[in-house]
Amino acid sequence: MTKGQAISLQKNDGGSLTAVRMGLGWQAAPRRGLFGSRTREVDLDASAVLFADKQPVDVVFFRHLVSDDGSVRHTGDNLVGGVGQGGDDEAILVDLARLPVHIDQIVFTVNSFTGQTFQEVQNAFCRLVDETNGQEMARYTLAGGGAYTAQIMAKVHRSGPGWTMTALGTPANGRTFQDLMPSILPHL
Amino acid sequence: MTAELVRGQNHPLSQARLEIRVSAGTPIVAGATLGDEQGRIHGVEWVAHPGAPTLPGLEVSRQAAADHRLAVDLDAMPEAVHRVSVLLALPTGVAGPTRFGAVATPFVAVTGLDGTEVASYTITGLEAESAVVALELYRRQDAWKVRAIGQGYAGGLADLFTDQGLPQAHQLAGGINDAVAQGMARSVPAPPPRQDGDRSRQAAAPALGPDQGGPAPQGAAGSVPPQPASPYGTQPPGVPGQTPPQPNAPYGAQPPGVPGQPAQQPSYQSGTGAADPAQPSAPTSGGPINYSHPRRQNAAPPPPPPTAPPAQPGQPAQPVAGDATGWSMDERLYNQVWGMFEDLARTTSAYRSAVDFAESRMEKELDQVLSDPRSRIGGQGDAAREAAQAKHTELVNQARAALDRDLTQLTAESEVVEPALPAAYARWDNPVWHGYRVPMEIPMALRLGDLHLPESAQLRIPMLVRLPLERGLWIDSGRGGSLDGSFTDSHDLRRLAMDTAVAHAARLLAVYPAGEFTVHVVDPAGSGAQALVPLVQTGVLAAPPAVGAAGVADVLARLTQRVDLVQMAVRGGAPDSLPPGFDTSEQLLIVNDFPHGFDDRAVNQLRYLADEGPAVGVHLMMVADREEAAAYGPLLDPLWRSLMRLTPVPDDHLADPWVGHAWTYEPPLVPPGSQVLQQVLAQVAAARAKYR
Repeated sequence: MTKGQAISLQKNDGGSLTAVRMGLGWQAAPRRGLFGSRTREVDLDASAVLFADKQPVDVVFFRHLVSDDGSVRHTGDNLVGGVGQGGDDEAILVDLARLPVHIDQIVFTVNSFTGQTFQEVQNAFCRLVDETNGQEMARYTLAGGGAYTAQIMAKVHRSGPGWTMTALGTPANGRTFQDLMPSILPHL
Repeated sequence: MTAELVRGQNHPLSQARLEIRVSAGTPIVAGATLGDEQGRIHGVEWVAHPGAPTLPGLEVSRQAAADHRLAVDLDAMPEAVHRVSVLLALPTGVAGPTRFGAVATPFVAVTGLDGTEVASYTITGLEAESAVVALELYRRQDAWKVRAIGQGYAGGLADLFTDQGLPQAHQLAGGINDAVAQGMARSVPAPPPRQDGDRSRQAAAPALGPDQGGPAPQGAAGSVPPQPASPYGTQPPGVPGQTPPQPNAPYGAQPPGVPGQPAQQPSYQSGTGAADPAQPSAPTSGGPINYSHPRRQNAAPPPPPPTAPPAQPGQPAQPVAGDATGWSMDERLYNQVWGMFEDLARTTSAYRSAVDFAESRMEKELDQVLSDPRSRIGGQGDAAREAAQAKHTELVNQARAALDRDLTQLTAESEVVEPALPAAYARWDNPVWHGYRVPMEIPMALRLGDLHLPESAQLRIPMLVRLPLERGLWIDSGRGGSLDGSFTDSHDLRRLAMDTAVAHAARLLAVYPAGEFTVHVVDPAGSGAQALVPLVQTGVLAAPPAVGAAGVADVLARLTQRVDLVQMAVRGGAPDSLPPGFDTSEQLLIVNDFPHGFDDRAVNQLRYLADEGPAVGVHLMMVADREEAAAYGPLLDPLWRSLMRLTPVPDDHLADPWVGHAWTYEPPLVPPGSQVLQQVLAQVAAARAKYR
C-alpha cells in the first residue's frame, strides 16, 4: 500500500479484526576485522503512542513494555538487530478489542536510538501484520530510505464500530518517540 | 507544545494545576521540597515524600515505583513558598541499584491535567549519585516557571536536604527510606515469569531492568533472539523486568524452560555446587536459556491441559479450570489464578483511565463554556454544558460496558476455577477440605487470602504465594489495620488477629506432608490461649505454647541455634553432617503479644531469625501491633520491613505488581461454626503420630 492510503480492518464477512502487530527488523552491523567488539551496533526501537481525543495518554516502548490496561505489548528491546532475514527483531502487539474505550488512535513509530540514519542500516524494514491470519497489511523498507533517524509509520484509528489503518510513512528525526511528538500531532 | 529542556533551561507555566510525570527504569522514590525565596526548606513539614505524601498544593506517591505522577496545584501553595523542587532518589536498604549511573536515565515531564506535555527533561550524566533534584518550579514576578536542574547528590537524600538548608536532613532522609521500605513490604510479590501463549498474558512488568535503554550497556545482556511469530510468547532473556524489588526470591520450583528469571536472577548466584549447564554469561546466541538441571529428567511429558470447547461465534469461550500452561494441574491453576489477577488489574486500569479521561475532558469543556462570553446569552451555554455532560456520560457508560464484559468473563472463570482448586489454594469453605488427606508432596503455592477491587467487590482473586515461604508474615493486630474503624475494640481485633494466625498456621501444617512442617508458639502472657485451642487440642504443635519470659528465651534460643547450625553445615558444604535425629522440617514460630515478655536479648534473637531464618527454613509469624513496640524506635524497622503484612480484617494495603492498584485483602477465615479446621488438624496429628 502507499502513503496516505487507508484500509479498513473490517473483515469481508462482517467480523472486525482484533489484533495487529507492528514488526521491525534490521540487520546487525557487520563485524570489522579482528576487533569485532568495536563495531558500532545499530539499535532501532519501535514505539506505539496511544491517543484519546488527540491527547497522548499512554506509550508502549522499550521502557514501558505493556500499556497499563494490558492491551498493547512490546516484545522487548532488541539492541543489536537480527540477521535481517525477514524476521521481526522487535514487535508491538495490539489487542484492538481490549483497548480502553477512550483510546481512539494509535500511532506507530520507529527510531534509531544509536543515531545511524536509515541510509546506514542494512535490510531494515517495518511492517504491520494482521495478527489473526499473519497477512502483511503494510511494509516499508527503511534501509536506504534517506538521511532520517525516525519514521512515523502508520496510525490505527477507530471508525464506526471497527478500526481503520492509515499508512503514514513520514520521515522524521529523533532518538525516542518523545522527539517525534511534534511530527506526530499533524497526523492525528 | 512540549519544550524539551536542557539542564538549566527554564520555561513558563501557564497553568496552575499540573502533573509531573516521572519515568525511570527501576523503582525510585519521588518527592518534592518547598523552599522560600532563598530556596531554603523551613522544616520537615515542607517536604512531601512517601511518608508524608500530601502538602497543600502538592501530592506525591506513597511508594517507590518506576513511574510516578505527582500532582501540583500552584495556586494552593502557601505565600511563603517560592520554589518547589522535584526530587528523585533510589531506595536504600533494599536490594537494587544504589547509583543512578547504573539505571536507565530518568525522564520527567510537566503536563497539564489532560496529559498535554508542557515541558520535559531527561536527566542525563548521572553517575554515583543516589538522589537528584530533577526540576524546580519557581515564582518569578507572580508567575511560575519550571527549570531543569539535574543536580545529583552522591550522599543521597540527606545531602540533598542539607544543601537546601534543612537542619533535620539526616533524620528525614532516614524516615523516607523507612516509609519506602514499608511500601515495598506492602506489595504482592510478582509471580515468576511464565510461558502462557494461549492466554495472551506474560509476566512482563511495566518497569524494566537496568540494562534497558540506557546508552551505556549496548549489547551487554540484552540480545533478544528473533521472536517467532507466536504472539505474547516468552519473556525474552534480556528483560529481567519485574516491578517490585522483592527481597531475593529464588522461586523454588521454577517451571523448566522458562527463560526470564525475576530481577535478581537467583539461579546462578545461589549455585550450591550444582553444575550450571547453560553458561548464562553468553546469552547472545538465539534460543531461550534453560536453567533447569541437566540431569533432572522430566520423564513423561505433562498431560495435555484441558482445553476450552470452541466458542460459539460472537460469544466468548466458556472458561475451563486449568486453562493455562504448566507441568501439573496445580501449576496450571496457579498460572491461571495469576493470569486472572493480572487481567483484573489491567481491565480495571483501562476502566479507570477512561473515566479519568472523560472527567478531565468534561471539566475542560465546561471551563470553555464558562470563559466564552457568547454562552452568557440565551441558551447556548446550557446547550454546550449539556453536550459536555452527555459526552462524559456516554464515554463512562462505554467504559463501564467494557468493564462489565470483562468482569462477566472473569467471574465465569472464577466460578469454574474456585471449585477446582486443590486444598492449598482453596478457601476453607471449599468441599475439597472435607475430603482432605495429608499430602505426599509440598504444593507449589499457598492461599493467604482473597483480593478484590472496589469496582468489582464480588470478584475475589485468590492471593497465592509460592512455597516455601520467602518471607515471614506479620498479622497486624493494630487498630490502624481496620478499614472503616468498625473494630474500635482493640481486644476484639487482637482476638481476630490470633484466629487469623491460627488459620494460616493450620493451613501450612495441612498442606505440608506429615512431619515436614513444625509450628512453635510463643505466647508470653497466655492471652492467645483461647484462639490457640485448635492447635493445642489436636496436638499438632511441637510443644505447648511457651509462656513467660523464660519460655520465650528457651524457644528463641533453640531456633537461633538451629539456624546457626544449618547455616554452618550449608556453608561448610556438609549438610549431611547435621547431628543424627536432627529435625529437618520447615519451622514456623508464631509470636503473640510482641514485645511483651521480650528482653533485649530476645529481641535481637528475633531479628536474627527474621534475617537469617527464611533461607534455612525457619519462618516468623508475628501477631503484633507495631505501636506497642514503638519504644524500640527504629531498631525494629528492619524487622517489620522484612515481613509481609496481613490483616485480620479487610484492608486495602496490597498493591499488584503491574499497575499498583490498592487491593483489598481479606484473610481466609474459617466459616463460623465450621469444624473443618479441627477435622483437618486431627488428620494432620494422626499422620504425624504415624510418621514418628
